Amino acid sequence: MTEPIIYELGQPGRTGIDLPPCDVPESPLPTALVRDDLDLPEVSQLDVVRHFVRLSQLNYGVDIGMYPLGSCTMKYNPKINEDIARLSGFASTHPLQPEEAVQGNLQLLFEMQQALAALSGFDAVSLQPAAGAHGELAGVLMIRAYHLSRGDTQRRVMLIPDSAHGTNPASTTMAGFRAIELASDARGNVDLAELGKHLNDDLAGMMLTNPNTLGLFDEQITQITEMVHSAGGLMYGDGANFNAMMGIAKPADLGFDVMHFNLHKTFATPHGGGGPGSGPVGANTTLAPFLPGPVVQRIDPPDTGDTVQPSFRLQMPEQSIGRLKAFHGNFGVIVRAYAYIRSLGAAGLRQASEMAVLNANYVQTKLRDVLPLPYDRMCAHECVLQGIVDGAEDIRALDISKRLIDYGFHPPTNYFPLIVPEALMIEPTETESKETLDRFCEAIRCIAQEAIGSPELLHDAPSSAPIGRLDEVRAARQLKLRWLPPDESDADAH
Amino acid sequence: MTYTPHTPKQVSEMLATIGVDSTASLFDTIPKEHRFPEVDLPPALSEPELVSVFRKLSERNDDLEHATSFLGAGAYNHYIPSIVDHIISRSELYTAYTPYQPEVSQGTLQAIFEYQSMLCALTGMDASNASHYDGATALAEAIITAIAAGRGRRRRVVMASSVHPQYRQVCDTYTSGMDVDIVTSDDTLVTTDALLSLVDDQTACLIVQSPDFFGRIHDLSAIADALHTQNALLVVVANPISLGLLRPPGEQGADIVVGDGQPLGNSLAFGGPHLGYFACTKALVRRMSGRLVGETVDHAENRGYVLTLSTREQHIRRGKASSNICTNQGLNALAAAVYLSVMGKQGLAHVARLCYHKAHHAAALIDGLAGFCVDSTHSFFHEFVVECPCDADRIRDRVYAQSGIVVGYPLGSDYVDMAKRLLVCVTEMNSAEQIADLARALEEATA
Repeated sequence: MTEPIIYELGQPGRTGIDLPPCDVPESPLPTALVRDDLDLPEVSQLDVVRHFVRLSQLNYGVDIGMYPLGSCTMKYNPKINEDIARLSGFASTHPLQPEEAVQGNLQLLFEMQQALAALSGFDAVSLQPAAGAHGELAGVLMIRAYHLSRGDTQRRVMLIPDSAHGTNPASTTMAGFRAIELASDARGNVDLAELGKHLNDDLAGMMLTNPNTLGLFDEQITQITEMVHSAGGLMYGDGANFNAMMGIAKPADLGFDVMHFNLHKTFATPHGGGGPGSGPVGANTTLAPFLPGPVVQRIDPPDTGDTVQPSFRLQMPEQSIGRLKAFHGNFGVIVRAYAYIRSLGAAGLRQASEMAVLNANYVQTKLRDVLPLPYDRMCAHECVLQGIVDGAEDIRALDISKRLIDYGFHPPTNYFPLIVPEALMIEPTETESKETLDRFCEAIRCIAQEAIGSPELLHDAPSSAPIGRLDEVRAARQLKLRWLPPDESDADAH
Repeated sequence: MTYTPHTPKQVSEMLATIGVDSTASLFDTIPKEHRFPEVDLPPALSEPELVSVFRKLSERNDDLEHATSFLGAGAYNHYIPSIVDHIISRSELYTAYTPYQPEVSQGTLQAIFEYQSMLCALTGMDASNASHYDGATALAEAIITAIAAGRGRRRRVVMASSVHPQYRQVCDTYTSGMDVDIVTSDDTLVTTDALLSLVDDQTACLIVQSPDFFGRIHDLSAIADALHTQNALLVVVANPISLGLLRPPGEQGADIVVGDGQPLGNSLAFGGPHLGYFACTKALVRRMSGRLVGETVDHAENRGYVLTLSTREQHIRRGKASSNICTNQGLNALAAAVYLSVMGKQGLAHVARLCYHKAHHAAALIDGLAGFCVDSTHSFFHEFVVECPCDADRIRDRVYAQSGIVVGYPLGSDYVDMAKRLLVCVTEMNSAEQIADLARALEEATA
């Protein structure tokens, strides 16, 4: 079941939209600068609608079924938040309108800064970064700016546990630091003896995800942050897993100096097939002056007894690292996330985190006798198992993942974290019911039996998807990154 | 509102399965003194209350659906065909994530492949990635790509000062931890000689915007030729709507073309989410950052699409990756793909021409007003600079108060010597009548 490329539909001269004729006198065109041809599709409106609706039917989303992609927090995206973000007052405001004309937007941004500060314990928040990795870059640049402001130019080392997301070392390199990988101990915690070896004057800081990507809350968190601080380093928190933490603990209390949030994970905004996200950063008083900007400030009117509303304005933090993006962050995503926070309130957010952790532990418990569990202790919002079945040596994590598609589930994250061979990282999220979790665990149990009895079912999986397993090696070797008419295709082989 | 489905009985059953007696005991590893802190947030709202609170907030804004606006400067008010929002509201598309599992993500993957194809056609380049956060961050990534292309030996970047001021600020932030020297030309006219005089054998790339921040169109061929003799790259920032009319940068020798894709079917949304597009020559494909979708086949030779060249990316290369980017602006790129499909060859060309003619008509009217002057010695697309008889921000505020028209963007806050200059943008959304109203309002504001 394949769908033609949009260029393969339609006929020359066809168009999908009617626009008004020109109602002003035409001016001469700068002929030398005008293009000869424009190779865009020529399709009717119905062609376009059917094409993209058919494409949508080749996709799997949270609205279809459980999407336990570890570290991505694929929870339900409330529909009402979609409606709210589309209100014309939000969707049709221009980022360069005078501040007086957009007080509602600025108030919303200010209240969101406050809400994230309340949840995390930080003193200030900037909503500029557009995604988690963007927030990481902000945070490490802030750490850099802090050390430089103190004349500590030699602090160039950033410690990163071997379980970390690849974005952590990549962000570190972009900020001009050198990443040193830290081994984890047998319980999945940061190895304190290893950490101890790097506590010197070169230390800029440490990036730590907590709970980490093994789905484990580090049991020595306060020792870690104290050790890093004692050596003059700062603690960066990767907030990718904050869905386990709302109302459970505040990162600032645990000793983090700066952290990013993933609004598209924790705060239920849709993932959009790969964005848009939003990655605000929060910081304590040490790092707040270095936040990217602008941020929103509230100006309270003088107390004259009149009921004058406060006003809001944009301001660059004192020693800001600067702008990370044009305008004011991914505002539309922030609107949805703030609506989510206001729907749940403090108790509802805590309950969401509690149920996320309950669901992950329930799945871990039900699957521990089916698949190997490398770190056998209570997990946080996700659990990491291994796609290894005794008596089925040629079965890999990928085979189990692909077979899950035939059972109607999206696969978990596979082969990450890198330190667990054949990792299957399962994040159920709090919005899945017990019945769904039971069906998911039952599917894994059946697949493990199939692995022994009829392994070809796994090797050939998925059999129910619109397409079979794709040749990724060929995609990289015979690179084809754009559609070209058949007669031009060969000439364009890269 | 809570979106958690378990009944209390189910919670008890699940706790029993796990072998603990309360949900609180799931968190025993967290230091006791920091566990379950007070969180100070406003009380939870039911759905109708929520709508009411947010509607009130939204109504504290003056939105452009209820105003006449000539404001551009990097975010543009264009007509978005109805089908764009209908398609991006298909929840199979918007509730999915990065297509790591291609067998259940062909919709997302093929749509990105089509987006890449259309962006190549528009810019005249060989390859496009799946998007960056916005035009400014795409430009910062272009600098990183250009430096990598020079194998890290060339660390100088020459930037025209007529590149969007916020884009230049973002490039400064991105490169602040890298050993990169960004030299900005103080010549806002972008004379080829002045720019090229700053290029030396350490220069990785030269960055020019066309149409530039002031709306002016530049012929890039001579710049490209001169740069290439010095083995430096030409990076061009371009408004995608302008490419419905103008010669694509790829035809003029550009090595990398970036820009903000918001005008292609994305709402203004107070500045985001938009998308940054990034297109380059074949030679740079393996140096470019961001997701890429490639065509391949399955075991039965059915055509299909996958994420490819991932060995450039952070999840494989970690600290040696070309960039840290992970999540991009997938849904915004989808909106751009739907927009370009439904507008098509004729529709986009028509929109670009409407913008061009209406802007020139407005410029002529304003130039004819006493005290106002439009410098039209240089070709422009849909934005132009008006020299006002007094400070431009005063004119803006006065016209807005008197007539509700948003006249444009005062340039004084970005360019110190331009306090009297106003950047005016005209698109297909502005009727002849609105343009006449603008001229009248400007005249009255200075009367």
